[in-house]
Amino acid sequence: MLENKKGIFDYVLLVLFCGMIVITVYPFLNVLAISLNDPMDTMRNVNFIVPRKFTFANYIYIFTQNNMVKPFLLSVLKTAAGTGVGVICTSMLAYVLSRKDFYFHKSFTILFIITMYVSGGMIPEYLLIMRNLRMGNNFWVYIIPGMIWVYNVILMCSFIEGLPMALQEAAKIDGANDFIIWYKVILPLCTPVIATVSLFIAVGQWNSFMDTYLYARELPTLQYVLYEIMESAQIKVDPHAAAQGVQNTVSPMSVRMAVTVVATLPILAVYPFLQKYFVGGMTLGAVKD
Amino acid sequence: MKKPKKQKNAREPFSPALMWKQRYLLMMSVPFVIWLIIFKYVPLWGWTMAFQEVVPKSFAKPIWERKFVGFQNFMDAFSDRLFPQTMMNTIGISILGIVIGTAAAILFALFLNEIRIQGFKKITQTVSYLPHFVSWVIIASIAKMLLNDGGAMETMLGVNLHLMSTNSPLFWIVVCIINVWKEVGWDAIIYLSAMAGIDQGIYEAAKVDGASRFQQMWHITLPGIKPTAIVLLIMSIGSALNVGMERQMLLSNGIVQDHAMVLSWFAYIRGIGSNNYGLGTAIGMFQSVVGIILLFIANKVAGMIGEDKLV
Repeated sequence: MLENKKGIFDYVLLVLFCGMIVITVYPFLNVLAISLNDPMDTMRNVNFIVPRKFTFANYIYIFTQNNMVKPFLLSVLKTAAGTGVGVICTSMLAYVLSRKDFYFHKSFTILFIITMYVSGGMIPEYLLIMRNLRMGNNFWVYIIPGMIWVYNVILMCSFIEGLPMALQEAAKIDGANDFIIWYKVILPLCTPVIATVSLFIAVGQWNSFMDTYLYARELPTLQYVLYEIMESAQIKVDPHAAAQGVQNTVSPMSVRMAVTVVATLPILAVYPFLQKYFVGGMTLGAVKD
Repeated sequence: MKKPKKQKNAREPFSPALMWKQRYLLMMSVPFVIWLIIFKYVPLWGWTMAFQEVVPKSFAKPIWERKFVGFQNFMDAFSDRLFPQTMMNTIGISILGIVIGTAAAILFALFLNEIRIQGFKKITQTVSYLPHFVSWVIIASIAKMLLNDGGAMETMLGVNLHLMSTNSPLFWIVVCIINVWKEVGWDAIIYLSAMAGIDQGIYEAAKVDGASRFQQMWHITLPGIKPTAIVLLIMSIGSALNVGMERQMLLSNGIVQDHAMVLSWFAYIRGIGSNNYGLGTAIGMFQSVVGIILLFIANKVAGMIGEDKLV
C-alpha cells in the first residue's frame, strides 16, 4: 500500500460493513433469545436479543414432551452414515479415475461428467426410487441415491493427480495391489481434501429437507420436523403431556425457535472448520476451471 | 505402470490379461458405474414418459404397452390453469434473482476489497458466509418469525410492510432479498479471488498517474473481474427456469402462494400430487431443454459482443 491515511470513504465502508454484520447476526440472536425466553413473555413482543425472562423450558419441552429426540438422532445418524459412505465411495472412485493407465479411464470419466449437466428431473427420480426400487420410508433412501457427488469426485481426483506418482510405484514394487495402494498410500495423503469433501457432504446431509419430504416422511429428520411445526403453526402434543397440562407452558413460536436453534447449532459447531476447508475447496475448483 | 518413462500413461489395448491386471481397479469402479446408471441414467430414460400417458395404473406396464400421446402432455401443461402465473413467477424471480444477486455479490466484493484493516475484513467475511451453511428450513423459520405480520420487523419499525402477506409480485422481491441475505458473502468469494488475481502493478501505475480510489475501482477492479462475472452470468441464465422448489415452498404461505409457485413446484403438484406422471415429467423436460437453449443463446451473445465465451 502506498498511502495509509484514511479518507471519508474508509469510514463509510466501516459503517456499511458493521451494518451488514448486524443485519446478518441479529436474526440469529433474536431466535436464540426467543428460544431461551419465557413463552408467555415472548408473546408480548418478539423483538429482543437478550432473553427477558430466562428459561430452559422450551428446550426441556422439545426433548421431553415433543418427541424431538428421535428426529434429532435420525438426523445425526443420517449425517454420520451419509458422510462415511460418501467419503469412502468418492475417494475410491476418484482414485480409480485418476489412474490414466486404467483401460476405462476415459469412458468412465465421461459417463460421470455428463450427469453434472443433464439430469432426469424430479418426477422420474421420484418414480425410480418410490415405485421401481421401493425405497420409500427406508433409511437407505437418505444414503444411496445421493451417495456420490461428481463435483466432489473431480475435486478429489485433481488432488490425487497432484500427488507424486513415485509413491504408488514404490508401493507397487513392494507388492501392493491397487486396493492396498488406495487404502494405505492414497487415503492417508488425502487428509485435507477428505476434510473438505466430508464437510461438504455432512452439511448437505444435515441440511437436506427435500429427501425426507419426497421419499421418507415416516422417517422425519430435524429439518422436516421444523417444517411441520412451521406449516401447522401449532405443536404436535404428546397425549401424555397433554393429559398433564404441560402444553400450557409453551407456545408454538417458542418451540419453533428452540427447534431452529437445535437444528442450527451443529453447523455453528463445525463452522470454524467449514470456513477453512470450504473456501479452500471453492478455490481449488476455481483454479481447475 | 511397470513400463518406464514415456509409455507410463499410455493406455494398453484391450486384452483379458489387462483386465486381470486391472481387476482391483475394475472392482473399485464398476459398482459405482452401476450405481450411476441406475440413479442418473435411468431417470434420464424416464424422459420418454413425457410423451406417454403415465398414471399410477399404467406405470407398471412396460414402456411399449403405454399409450403414446405425442406432445399432449406439453399441451396440457401449457394450457393448465396455473401455468401462465407459474411461468411469470419463474421468470420474474429468476431475472430479479440474477440481477440483484449478481449486483449485490459484486458490490460486496468490491467494497470488501477496499477495506484496509485486514482483521475487520476477515471478520466481515467470516460472518457473511454464515447464512450460506444454514438450511432453507431454518432460514424460512427465521424469516417468518421476522417478517410475518406481528413479527420482529413490525415491532421494530412500527409499521406492517405486509412482506409475507401481499399476494403480489412483491413476494418475488422478498424471496430475492432473503436469498441475497443468505448467499451474498458466499457468492462474493469467487469475485474476491478474481480480484486477488489482478496485477498489483496496475494499481501502482494508476496511483502514480493520480487515479482516485473510485477511478481505480471503476477502471481496474471492475474490468478485472468482468470475465468471471460473464461466465457466472451465462451459467445462471442457463438455469433461469430451474428456480428451486424447496426455497419457494418453505418461504411461501397460503396468502402469497400464487406468486410463489414456480415450474418445479408445479411439476411436483401435478406430477406427484395429482399422480399425472407424464405431465410432471413433461414440465421437468421443458425446464431442462429451455435451460440448454438459453445457455447456448447466452453463450453466443457473449461471444458476439466480444466477451469470453464459456466454451
